[in-house]
Amino acid sequence: MVDFWFSLPLVVQGLLKGLAVILVVFPMSSLCTMAERKVSAWIQGRPGPNRTIVPWAAYVPVIGPLLQRMGLFQLAADGLKFLVKEEPVPGHVNKPYFTLAPLIAMIPALTTVTVVPFGAYLSGGQVVPLVLANVDVGLLAVFAVSSLGIYSLILAGWASNSKYPFLGGVRASAQLISYELSLTLAVLPVFLWINAPGTAGTLSLAKVVEFQSQPGFWGGTWFIFTMPLSALIFIIALFAETNRQPFDMPESESDLVGGFHTEYGAFKWALFFVAEYANMIVGSGVFTLLFLGGWNPLPWIPLATLAGWLHLGGHPLILGLLSIGIFIGKIAFLIFFFMWVRWTVPRFRYDQVMKIGWQKLLPLAIANLLVYALGIAFLTK
Amino acid sequence: MAIITIPRKPLTFSERAYLPQIAAGLRITLRHLFKPSETLQYPEERPSIPPGYRGAPTLVMDPNGREKCVSCQLCEFVCPPKAIRIAPGAVPEGSGVEHVEKGPQAFDIDMLRCIYCGLCEEVCPEEAIVLQTQYSMCGTSREEMVNHKDKLYEMGGTLPDQHYKWDKKKAAEEAGNAH
Repeated sequence: MVDFWFSLPLVVQGLLKGLAVILVVFPMSSLCTMAERKVSAWIQGRPGPNRTIVPWAAYVPVIGPLLQRMGLFQLAADGLKFLVKEEPVPGHVNKPYFTLAPLIAMIPALTTVTVVPFGAYLSGGQVVPLVLANVDVGLLAVFAVSSLGIYSLILAGWASNSKYPFLGGVRASAQLISYELSLTLAVLPVFLWINAPGTAGTLSLAKVVEFQSQPGFWGGTWFIFTMPLSALIFIIALFAETNRQPFDMPESESDLVGGFHTEYGAFKWALFFVAEYANMIVGSGVFTLLFLGGWNPLPWIPLATLAGWLHLGGHPLILGLLSIGIFIGKIAFLIFFFMWVRWTVPRFRYDQVMKIGWQKLLPLAIANLLVYALGIAFLTK
Repeated sequence: MAIITIPRKPLTFSERAYLPQIAAGLRITLRHLFKPSETLQYPEERPSIPPGYRGAPTLVMDPNGREKCVSCQLCEFVCPPKAIRIAPGAVPEGSGVEHVEKGPQAFDIDMLRCIYCGLCEEVCPEEAIVLQTQYSMCGTSREEMVNHKDKLYEMGGTLPDQHYKWDKKKAAEEAGNAH
């Protein structure tokens, strides 16, 4: 089995691995839509979707009703509905671009996954990260590709050829440009810190986790403890970048009907929806890697130590799955945090979004960078 | 008119910083997250009907099993959406209550028109029409939604009042002191 795998051409291996990751991320994003409905329901004192059930599942004694109450069949029903319902294309839209926009939304959302390491295993005492492409540009690639996602919003808004989508598209572009700066500036201290002068520089996300898994008090500290302000700015900018409440300017149902996707329906709309959640998953993944120690179970307890306790050093498969589980658990908490905030904080006004972005967050990010640059220079002198 | 200037308190630092306020909000929503749901799972769970509820209008019988309606048609007159149709008729011979003289031959309430205002109940001099607790009516045709007399009595049942107005009247008549 293993020999057969390594006898495959590298391209095929890469394709299969990519497919496997997409097959995980895509259902995760659709699961997120159900989680969103459930979390919103619980916060508002409702049970949420709990009625849908397929006949054969109704006969399974305990699991059937449990799945029904969790709304999993509702999720399947929704997905099926989006696939089979009529796909309306309004007469006044620019058809090629109108069709292209949802596809462009999906591509960066799923492309960024390639450079995000999602787990690790031990090979001869060395921690080897699980990642589709362990490239040195890591984070840069994530930022570069994920900011392409905004083009889908602009394209959708423009190709829809009506006022509300257009306004949504304009807001999306302005908002993303404003917050991209703070996002990038917020992570710079992390890389200043891990790229000590005189060593080979790297932007690899796996290296960031490696840095947070060193022995000792300072080695094992997650960056959220040493750089809380960076983490805060990063997560606020992440909310804005993924168009989540309270920054969902491009959609803002109450003043723009549906924003950029007003004219969309059926599967095209579902693609936007899934892309939004895929972006959230990747964003949460990057936040986990940068500030929450990646696949390390707890601060000051790196994965290698846990493997030593559980005697899993010789079982790369089990350890790999365990590390992926830990990583996905952290992502799940962050996704829950996204939803929790969404159902707590009302949407900002457009001018407030701009004000927070340019007058508050950006100066804060610059000051943060300066302080940490000076501090790191002083410490590593 | 004088202009009253309402003093606005300046925002405190924690309010201007906004994040402590968000944290407080998050705490509130987290508390709600773990609270039991307020939803009534309708077809399985039914709401409790308070006394005085105005559900479907029905006809009732007195404790002797005599229909109380004397077909005076006041409810038909007062009904704002004209949902009630009554065909008055004589009380049949040999039923033992001939002294009542009149009873409804037909009594229809169109539930597609009824607005559950309760004026019929209020106006009825005999307490013969009563709005009861049934609130969910359904049918597949317009005809099905019209409640006829037998259906109305079936829904209404017996009103356990102790007036026996017509019995007293008959007794008085037989004693020779009719009004």
